[in-house]
Amino acid sequence: MLSFISRRLLISIPTLIVISLVIFLLLNLAPNDPMAQVPLTVPPEVKQKMREALGLGQPLYIQFLKWLIQFFWIEPQVFIDYLFDTSFSEGKQRVISWQTRSPVMDIIVQRMPQTLWVVGMSYVVGILIAIPIGIYSAYKQYSVFDQVGTFVTMIGYSVPPFFTGVFVIVIFSVQLGWLPSIYDTTHSVVDWETFKIQLKQMVMPVMVLALQTTAMINRFMRATMLDNLNQDYVRTARAKGLSEWTVVMVHVLRNSMIPVITVIALNVPAIFGGAIITEQVFKVNGIGQQLIGAIYANDLPTVQTITFMFAVLIVLFNLLADIIYGILDPRIRYD
Amino acid sequence: MKIKSLFVGLAAVLIATASFAGRGSDGNVSIIYWQAPSILNPYLSSGTKDIESSSMIIEPLGRYTETGALVPYLAEEIPTVENGGVSSDLMSITWKLKKGLKWSDGSAVTSADVKFTADYCMHPEGGCAQLAKFDGVTSVSTPDERTIVVKFSAPKPNPYGPFMGGQSPIIQKKQFENCMGAKAPNCTDANFGPIGTGPFVVTEFKPNDVIQMKANDNYRDPNKPAFATVTFKGGGDATAAGRSVLETGEFDYAWNLQLAPEVIANMEKAGKGIAIAGFGPLVERLEMNLTDPSPDLDANTRATRKAPHPFLTDINVRKALSMAIDRTLLVEIGYGKAGDVTCDLVPAPDLYAAKNDYCMKQDIAGANALLESAGWKKGSDGIRAKDGVKLSILYQTSTNAVRQDFQALIKDWWQQIGVETELRNLNASVFFGGDPGSPDTFQKFYADVEMYANTFDGTDPQNYLSMYRCGNEPKPESQWQGENINRYCDPAYDALLDELSATGDLKKRGEIGIKLNNMLTKDSYTIVPLVHRGRVSAHAKSLGGVVLNTWDSELWNVADWYRIK
Amino acid sequence: MTDNNNITGKPRSKVRDVWDQFKSHKGALLGAIIFFSIVMLVMIGPFLWPFDANQIDIRSRNQGPSLLHPFGTDQLGRDTLARMMAGGRTSIAVGLAAMALSLFFGSFIGVTAGFYKKLDGILMRITDLFLSLPLLPLLLVMMLLFREPLSEAYGPERGMFVLIVVSIGITSWMPTARIVRADVLALKEREFVLAAKASGTSDTLIILRHIMPNVLSPIMVSATLGIANGIITESALSFLGLGFPPDFPTWGRLLNDAVDYIQQYPERVFWPGLAISLTVLSINYLGDGLRDALDPRMRKR
Repeated sequence: MLSFISRRLLISIPTLIVISLVIFLLLNLAPNDPMAQVPLTVPPEVKQKMREALGLGQPLYIQFLKWLIQFFWIEPQVFIDYLFDTSFSEGKQRVISWQTRSPVMDIIVQRMPQTLWVVGMSYVVGILIAIPIGIYSAYKQYSVFDQVGTFVTMIGYSVPPFFTGVFVIVIFSVQLGWLPSIYDTTHSVVDWETFKIQLKQMVMPVMVLALQTTAMINRFMRATMLDNLNQDYVRTARAKGLSEWTVVMVHVLRNSMIPVITVIALNVPAIFGGAIITEQVFKVNGIGQQLIGAIYANDLPTVQTITFMFAVLIVLFNLLADIIYGILDPRIRYD
Repeated sequence: MKIKSLFVGLAAVLIATASFAGRGSDGNVSIIYWQAPSILNPYLSSGTKDIESSSMIIEPLGRYTETGALVPYLAEEIPTVENGGVSSDLMSITWKLKKGLKWSDGSAVTSADVKFTADYCMHPEGGCAQLAKFDGVTSVSTPDERTIVVKFSAPKPNPYGPFMGGQSPIIQKKQFENCMGAKAPNCTDANFGPIGTGPFVVTEFKPNDVIQMKANDNYRDPNKPAFATVTFKGGGDATAAGRSVLETGEFDYAWNLQLAPEVIANMEKAGKGIAIAGFGPLVERLEMNLTDPSPDLDANTRATRKAPHPFLTDINVRKALSMAIDRTLLVEIGYGKAGDVTCDLVPAPDLYAAKNDYCMKQDIAGANALLESAGWKKGSDGIRAKDGVKLSILYQTSTNAVRQDFQALIKDWWQQIGVETELRNLNASVFFGGDPGSPDTFQKFYADVEMYANTFDGTDPQNYLSMYRCGNEPKPESQWQGENINRYCDPAYDALLDELSATGDLKKRGEIGIKLNNMLTKDSYTIVPLVHRGRVSAHAKSLGGVVLNTWDSELWNVADWYRIK
Repeated sequence: MTDNNNITGKPRSKVRDVWDQFKSHKGALLGAIIFFSIVMLVMIGPFLWPFDANQIDIRSRNQGPSLLHPFGTDQLGRDTLARMMAGGRTSIAVGLAAMALSLFFGSFIGVTAGFYKKLDGILMRITDLFLSLPLLPLLLVMMLLFREPLSEAYGPERGMFVLIVVSIGITSWMPTARIVRADVLALKEREFVLAAKASGTSDTLIILRHIMPNVLSPIMVSATLGIANGIITESALSFLGLGFPPDFPTWGRLLNDAVDYIQQYPERVFWPGLAISLTVLSINYLGDGLRDALDPRMRKR
């Protein structure tokens, strides 16, 4: 196992470099112009000068090399400086956003709290709801509980968050006036009262997002549980006199987890990527909003950096999923 | 209920008579812009959101008022030829700073800061977004602490480019001294928290998210601003911004509510706030392509002056297309009180407005007759054609709910005059971007007709009208950059433009401006204006002092805002 | 494990088996009926209904439900029922086609990667790559490169259809691939696969007879989720100006346009929301029944 992990980690390095190159080429091939949001009143000559100031005139390979150096060499130095109060990175050019003319990493760090609070929490909530419901639905297939569960989760998945988000805002903020419709990113939790405010402003975006997660994971959980409940080994286990709880929750669940783990691992990086539409609807302004804003403004350094960090997480979590498969089912071998 | 409303009414009267209790006495005011500010230095970004948010912190020498008049801010008065501030040959302008001005850090504002501002923007490597404001400036000199003389290379009938309006505020020399040219992006702290003379100073700036501000202790009026702190939130969409002011009351002021009129009217019913409208020179228009965008042509000929358009070069076709449009209905459906029917490219200010009315009424029968007499006969499919050329139009615009409604309506009207229309909508960041590699930019104009809105800064339309000069069209040789979108070319128009740039007399300028406007619209139907668009913003009923200004930053008088108690 | 000796021998009886099982599944039958009614409605409806989806009647705009316009009219006076039917055609076609494409890619790559150890590494790294690509720039590039050629080859609307289906398809196959691969990794070490291998059965046969039937249920779940995903992604594309021409209604676009009017005219969000949900639900039940019917173990019960 250890050799498998280290081999995979080694392969990850060239994989990630190829991915970063592909992303870079894709972004440069896409029709884009960082001046797209500049008002039409600004004359073309001025726009051209602004483009040059952003370094757009340089050949592509130089732009890519610059980004590589900035991201892999200078940004870690900044991090070390931050940790140990050293000054390795002084005066060195970091990855700079074209929109804000400030380091991309600083903005990402600034946006981590609300992203993790809202998107991360919704994910945890979604998983915690989905798995038990999925198990019970499968165990009591076609019971009233299963039918209602299926109905609600499928509707939850088929109505997009741009609708559910606005719907809950109209009900809970406009009609009832219970919850704020705009997320306050400057709010800091220091005591019980501020914690309650934080809960209030989180509740709607978290639930809207959790609805999607729940629906997805619940469907896979139910389906694979059903598959396994009909397997011969279940009959054998029951015949051996194991308790129903042990049969279902240990044997069946363990064998059913593989697709569910895959789905969960696939979507964990998405927490970091944020939830573009939901963030927009509730003005959470997390990393998802940063990414989509940068895409609209054609702020390539920001898009490149965020998508690349996203890629790192994807590679890592898929590796993690592969490791967990081996633990869940020892017959799976990778050598 | 009655007692309460009586009390509110009484309070309003009291406020109207008694003015402010003093600086910082009204607590917090919260503003929402659905586009979030990304930087507080308008010289590095010309987005409206950036210019307007920074206008609360840094100020120019003078601003435009809500009527388009000029009003001094940091200057003692607006220099004119009459008061001797502008030289009679129109080659220089002399500004004088108010006495005793202080930066928010307590140091004095001097003419050196003003000169530095010009140097900062005119630095060749800086990529200054407001460079056009400094067009033609040869030198900026400072004879004394409070006097600034700006010299131009040619007579400037409108010398109010530099240091005037939200686009050109004064920045502090001390703070930005080491941020010139290529070093500009390294000055994150300065760009995110400029030291200014405005009513507020930044306490925290989260780019593309939120700004926290507090009252400036050194603001020149000791009683202002009435608010101690400001929360300036950005992001989301116009609907949500409107809702947060008009329906839930979470915010006090929402900017630019581009929403269907009935949506705004419905939100207002909640009783928490008021929608206000103001008009600048913004016009939603159809641009006619005078060149052939056919994909069969090679890349160096397609949509260039080498290939004239097969049917849009016929003025009768352009005129008929304009006649078929019911502009009153467009306004009613798309803009409500934030729009007016217009037949002009320059609908404001009054001096330059032609106030034409040739297009006010829809005339489908007239349009049909015109096409018929011009030889465009209906075929069996109901589409008019002449000499094998069919009136078949590709009509493109950016993605936006109102624009798509307009497209559907106009397609329907054109159908009625025997013109076939294919609609296309494009992502705004591609359509308005200038990527020469993309076929979908508005400059490249690979379509027959396109629709968008444009405007000009300040109150002088000279540069705006100069866009339609012959040779200024986007073309392959200029990497498809250029502002003459229609590829319009008329020597008489160019001659008149030259006359305009040499004329100082305002009345004369107005007359020439109107002539130029008519050449593009009424006389040639090259540009078919649709709607004179205003701006709708909303404020809470408890927020007083708001004066919506479309000629300058909307937050131009934020120092005068107060809480109605 | 599976009684596979009659697959080639008596195909009719197998089909009948499946049908019998499917018939006895009430949910599946109901799902099938609803789904086919929706399909029929959107296919035939526009020919019978007097209003055209793009017919503007400005005098009767913003009307509520009435006998003349059972679903009401929109802000330009277009009949909502006509738009729902026209929109359904596009949405269901896009949803089904994109789902089919993504399932095909996903299952093919998943099974290949899971079954052939040598290909696993490279295929999964490609999956990682596709997962990391930012969707919007990718679509912009595809539009840039393929819109004009496709539009010339198939006309603007068909060309766009192909482009949208392919874009949704190639950006959504990765989860299916990873899920299928994970299942295959476990399956191929099971006794019955090892036994089949030992008895010299060819790889293709092993995959078709032993592997595929056992990964059917996650594929079915992916399929139902994929339909919803296809319909909603299409609406996001239109919203961004990357989709069909603006006078081309789809359910997603109708829903999107109606969200602003949610307070004044709630029925406008209700109809497309209901239509999307009903379609997805009916396909979900249909899929459930189909899976039960195709699963030999269930059939034996």
